Amino acid sequence: MLGEATILFQIAGIGIIVAMIHTILKQMGKEDIAHFATVVGFIIVMIIVIDEIANLFQQIKSVFLFQG
Amino acid sequence: MEIFQIVSLGVVASLLFILLKDQKSSLAFILILITGIFIFLSVIQQIAEVFSLISNLGKKASINGIYIETILKIIGIAYIADFGAHITRDAGLSSVAAKIELAGKIFILVLAVPILTAVIETILGFLPV
Repeated sequence: MLGEATILFQIAGIGIIVAMIHTILKQMGKEDIAHFATVVGFIIVMIIVIDEIANLFQQIKSVFLFQG
Repeated sequence: MEIFQIVSLGVVASLLFILLKDQKSSLAFILILITGIFIFLSVIQQIAEVFSLISNLGKKASINGIYIETILKIIGIAYIADFGAHITRDAGLSSVAAKIELAGKIFILVLAVPILTAVIETILGFLPV
């Protein structure tokens, strides 16, 4: 359970950092770089999520669908 | 006790969700998705034990393996459809959630067909035709 909590906090941290970077870059006037940074942060989080979803589906397949 | 960890994980995740909701609602939704996955992953071992118990009892009672297997598949499909439907409903797309539930029901029906035919045939066998 501890490992999962850390991943949760990592995602929240990435979200907050990306939001801060976005606002800072917007004030500096570099609007497009801000959007670019947001997209990069989003991609990082998506990679983490996709690993977890793959893990979940693998577990479900092994428990429900094949071991009758 | 595992239940305390799960409850605390849920509370922490909901707090983080509220924190992230205003700035980055997309990441907040991903947070909910991850929490649902983690809570299920922490429970799946117990589910596996219960299912192995059920299948052992089925073997002992010499019930045909197909029935037990179909029941477990139906439970699995029901759970996944329910998981997906609630996640999409959290995201605010209740129409997509309804479609997912419809698909889940249809798959379960398709799986239940052989059992229904078996039951009907046995009943017809009893009737003095």
